[in-house]
Amino acid sequence: MSDRENIVSIRNLSKIYAQGEIQVTALHDISLAIAAGEFLTLMGPSGSGKSTLLHIIAGVDRPTSGECLVQGVDVTKLNESQLADWRNQNVGFVFQTFNLIPVLTAFENVELPLLLTRLGPAQRRRQVHAALELVGLADRMHHLPKQLSGGQEQRVAIARALVTDPRLVVADEPTGNLDSHSAQEVLGILQSLSRQAGKTVIMVTHDPKAAAFGSRSIHLEKGELTN
Amino acid sequence: MNLSGFVIRNAFRNRRRLLLSVSSVAASLFLLITLQVALRELTNPINDEGSSLRIIVRSKVSLAQPLPARQMPILERIPGVVAVSPFTFFGGLYKGDEKFTSFAQFAVDPARTLPLISDAKLPRAQYEAWLADRTSCIVGQMTVDRYGLKIGDRMPFTGQLYPCDLDLKIAGIYHGTADDRNVMFHQKYLDELQGNPGMVGTWWVLAASAADVPFVTDRINKAFANSSAEVRAESERAFVLGFVSMWANIKTLIGGISIVVVFALLLVTVSTMSMAIRERFRELAILKALGFRRRELFAFILAESFGLAMGGAVLGAGGAWVLFRSINIQNLTNGLFLMFEVTPQMLGLAFSVAVLLGVLAALAPMWTVARTSVVQGLKTLD
Ligand SMILES: Nc1ncnc2c1ncn2[C@@H]1O[C@H](COP(=O)(O)OP(=O)(O)OP(=O)(O)O)[C@@H](O)[C@H]1O
Ligand SMILES: [Mg+2]
Repeated sequence: MSDRENIVSIRNLSKIYAQGEIQVTALHDISLAIAAGEFLTLMGPSGSGKSTLLHIIAGVDRPTSGECLVQGVDVTKLNESQLADWRNQNVGFVFQTFNLIPVLTAFENVELPLLLTRLGPAQRRRQVHAALELVGLADRMHHLPKQLSGGQEQRVAIARALVTDPRLVVADEPTGNLDSHSAQEVLGILQSLSRQAGKTVIMVTHDPKAAAFGSRSIHLEKGELTN
Repeated sequence: MNLSGFVIRNAFRNRRRLLLSVSSVAASLFLLITLQVALRELTNPINDEGSSLRIIVRSKVSLAQPLPARQMPILERIPGVVAVSPFTFFGGLYKGDEKFTSFAQFAVDPARTLPLISDAKLPRAQYEAWLADRTSCIVGQMTVDRYGLKIGDRMPFTGQLYPCDLDLKIAGIYHGTADDRNVMFHQKYLDELQGNPGMVGTWWVLAASAADVPFVTDRINKAFANSSAEVRAESERAFVLGFVSMWANIKTLIGGISIVVVFALLLVTVSTMSMAIRERFRELAILKALGFRRRELFAFILAESFGLAMGGAVLGAGGAWVLFRSINIQNLTNGLFLMFEVTPQMLGLAFSVAVLLGVLAALAPMWTVARTSVVQGLKTLD
């Protein structure tokens, strides 16, 4: 472990939601290092802070205190628009509800993050093809989300997460809405991303069978790491 | 696909709503333009060269009160007066018209009228024929066209204000005045039909120059002060404006309606845009997560809102423009409206309203999108 580069290093991270008198501690003094190429699974009961941690690592939420370095950049210190650029270049998102744009075809959904880059149409098309190829959906390119099955939608979402070639892929319960067969397919793809493409994958899951696809598993309990 | 393609795709996602909201913008702007056109037509007195020299002299008591014919020589002697003619509004019903005749009939003295209607093109021979025949008249080209008349035809009128009917023979057809609709006939003929009461409706006076008009009107008013028939002289333009001021309330009303129309339109557009954005809240959060910045999302919202308003404006304002150019408003409204012209200013107004709508309708959604974080957006239900 120690000889591999740490892509994420988290130190003394806390997140507290203040709601009037009551304070909800979502994360309490978390320190964690994630190595490049790892497939880390985050487990724990509902409300334990898994999504919160994932969101902070992915640069869509901010901690109350502590630091979170991703590839040497402290994401907690970037401003809104720097964070947006940073996310576009460095993070791929996969959600439980697939969150494809319903009016766009599979191809266009995958192309979306590339519209923010300087790539020309031909280069974009090549990358979109490659990403859809990787998730085995090159033949469904021109289908709208509603014409795809749940598993296929999630694979398109993975292609969208990959198309900018980010080093980090985050997935929040990506198999939560899928049948076991589709879940296997999705987990297989995420696993091969880490094994073959060298991407760092962080996945939140409730399901021990899903967690078994990962290379390491950590547990959260009431906002704290246990193990 | 590019970013503008994405905006268009989003705008068309709910076709029925798009159609309805564009139509409501279009219908409202059409109404707005129609109101403006009507307002302009009702309140803009016709301005022509002659009208700045002509003076109308009417009874100080009321317009309906006739004036004694013996005032004529006194008027003629007033300095600055070039010509004087009786000018009596007959207000008859033309044969076939049931309730309303859209052109006026004036009894004048043809021998003295010519300078007063210097802008009218009337062949000399026709003028002579009119002069020679007491029961003849001259008719404006528009009325001739409308009723398919020709020289020698008879024009019967049923008196409404006067207890007599006219049976006029067309001696001439004129054109070139600001309102080529009127019929002019002999005051003498009207006098005879009534048994020569020696009264006229109003006097029509021509001043030597526009600069003379204020002095001439003043002198006329003074000349008959303290007589049994006091008069009020005013320039023809002021006289017409006096009629127009009766429309002042209507002007206020139309202005009020226009404001209400714009306001209702604003509500419709704002609520449409809010709805369109609210149902995509989660998607906008996803776009943010993918790296779209606030300003890009603002641009999406603004473009969509703007497109909606502009689409409506093109249909509504453009539709009004095309429609009012192609219909014959004079026939449709029985002569109430003559031109019904959509001016560039009105188009400008409609498009400015649309721009305003586009921006205002985008503000609330932009504000909400700016405030909502990715995490909050993700938590909203689809
Ligand atoms: N906006 C908020 N305001 C207040 N408390 C919040 C807010 N968001 C999250 N929390 C609290 O933070 C804690 C952690 O929430 P989080 O969503 O990270 O849990 P989770 O482990 O992802 O749960 P689940 O498995 O149900 O998705 C919970 O106790 C939750 O109630
Ligand atoms: Mg969660």
